[in-house]
Amino acid sequence: MAVIRDVMPAFELIQPSSIADAQKVLEQQGENGWVLAGGMDSFDWLKDRIKQPKVVVDLSGIAELKGVRTTADGIEIGAMTTLTEIVQHPVIREKYKLLADSAELVASPQIRNQGTIGGNVSQDARCWYYRAGWPCYRAGGNICYADTPEGRNREHAILQADRCVAVNPSDSAPALIALNAKFVMRTPKGERVVDAEDYFIGPEIDITRLHILKPGDLLTAIRIPTIWAGAQFYFEKVRDRNVWDFPLLNVASAMVVSSGRIERIRIAVNAAAARPLRLKGVEDAVRGKPPNATTGEMAGKLAVQGAVPLQFNAYKIPLMRNLVKRAIGGVEEARWTPYNGQ
Amino acid sequence: MDPLQWAIDPWGKIVPIHIAWFLIWVAAIAGLLFVIVHAIFVRYFAKPRQFEPDGAPVVPAQIPEHVPRHSLTARAFHWIMATSMFTLLFTAFLPNLGFQFDWVTYHWIAGSVLTISILFHIIHASFFMDFWSIWPDRIDLRDARRRVLRFVGKTVPPPERFAKYPLENKLYHGAIIVAGVSSIVTGVLMMFRVRTIFFPRNPYLFSDMTWGMMYVLHGLAGVGLIALIMVHVYFGIRPEKRPITKSMIFGWMSRDFYLEEHDPKRWPIEISSSSRESAGTRGED
Repeated sequence: MAVIRDVMPAFELIQPSSIADAQKVLEQQGENGWVLAGGMDSFDWLKDRIKQPKVVVDLSGIAELKGVRTTADGIEIGAMTTLTEIVQHPVIREKYKLLADSAELVASPQIRNQGTIGGNVSQDARCWYYRAGWPCYRAGGNICYADTPEGRNREHAILQADRCVAVNPSDSAPALIALNAKFVMRTPKGERVVDAEDYFIGPEIDITRLHILKPGDLLTAIRIPTIWAGAQFYFEKVRDRNVWDFPLLNVASAMVVSSGRIERIRIAVNAAAARPLRLKGVEDAVRGKPPNATTGEMAGKLAVQGAVPLQFNAYKIPLMRNLVKRAIGGVEEARWTPYNGQ
Repeated sequence: MDPLQWAIDPWGKIVPIHIAWFLIWVAAIAGLLFVIVHAIFVRYFAKPRQFEPDGAPVVPAQIPEHVPRHSLTARAFHWIMATSMFTLLFTAFLPNLGFQFDWVTYHWIAGSVLTISILFHIIHASFFMDFWSIWPDRIDLRDARRRVLRFVGKTVPPPERFAKYPLENKLYHGAIIVAGVSSIVTGVLMMFRVRTIFFPRNPYLFSDMTWGMMYVLHGLAGVGLIALIMVHVYFGIRPEKRPITKSMIFGWMSRDFYLEEHDPKRWPIEISSSSRESAGTRGED
């Protein structure tokens, strides 16, 4: 069956002006509804006609979803806040620079001007078999084309694969996990707030989604508490093209060092699995130790335990080991380098 | 409403990928309907049971008070199989009903337990039990015909009492074999598509069409088992069947129930040595 590319299928466009209206429409439409934030992921799907929703709910007219607000316990970022706004926001740059660093490495300036934080954390997998419309597990089928002896899987998962080996491509997600952010959702049952790491799910839980949002749910805001404000941050993203690409791997850490020892730390990596992984084992192992190369070396080895490479992505194991090592052991150097951590 | 879900494979062929999930509800409703219809039938329409009198009745005192029915091994198999079967059904269908958890791991582990227990059962039943006791025989078929004819008012002799297993049990066992073996064989092959401890993944073991048919058969067997197990549980808790259920727990049934429902000639049991000639000599299965 021929597929006509670059011409979106017909759909009904609804442009609500409030969160309540948007959520109500999404609840009514269920599986037929499609949330349009910045459109950076959506338009690919729609133009390729792989996804053909009956109703598209455009959130761009909802003022409540935009902007960064200071709260008693940190900040609240509306889900429709653009990545550029996040990169440039003075409070974020001053206290939560980890997020600004990660957002600044997302795609290109044009995409960051249009792309939103809600869209960035909720975007779909980039596996080309899936994006091409093949009937893989993630598309509701019964096979993973990438996890075959001849499958092109250089960018795919090395950890926690379960039938599907696609990875989560978000850059801001691990930073938000490291900052202990909370995701605020509006669901048919009311408001629901979850830890950032619990927003993401792997294929063992639901093979067709990367996050917990179900039809009828809407991510409305992300709250970042003050607990990690001003901590030592490290973000590094490795990609094929440094000007514009999805991550092969990225790492984000927030660390508080006291008397030369790691007092508190949160560290997460992404593009290693179908969801960003908080490395709790590493956090426990390095707490109380000096943030040096030796500790980093140990942390790196611990981080990749259980990694299973596919045919073409074994390089990700040493890459992840070294990123974690640098996030911990190289944090002092990283403080003096630009946001990209290089 | 297509009972199957289809997809276009990379070579442009339309292939089935699995059953449509509404069949879960179809099976559950079918099972429920059977239960309701049967309960109404027994309550309002069924005639009192009547069995053909024995030509040479045994003396009740010669029968032990506790008639051995299921050995410990047979009972252990039954409950292991039941546990793994429930685990398989819950892990297979709860995610489709919105309960999300890491179901695949539990599913293939439970499937492996079921497979091993079934293999054990085949060997045990073939060489250490009365293999033919669970298969319908000529008397079962004759008595089934008699029961139907008597229900519609024809004058025919009453059926004989049952052997070790009533015909319903035997038919149910047959249905479970069909559904169970279908799901086990397809399930074992489907394990080549996931990472298990048994063998390396090989998604190219079969063509997309063959894989699709396998997923469909696995799904159909699975939803069939939903209805079958609902019916099994229903019969297990029916008052007149409880002695049979209890025997699957304790291993024996009462002398009264044995003499009331079963024919000592068709299901001879171990009795006192002085009366072996009249009641047979075979032990429990």
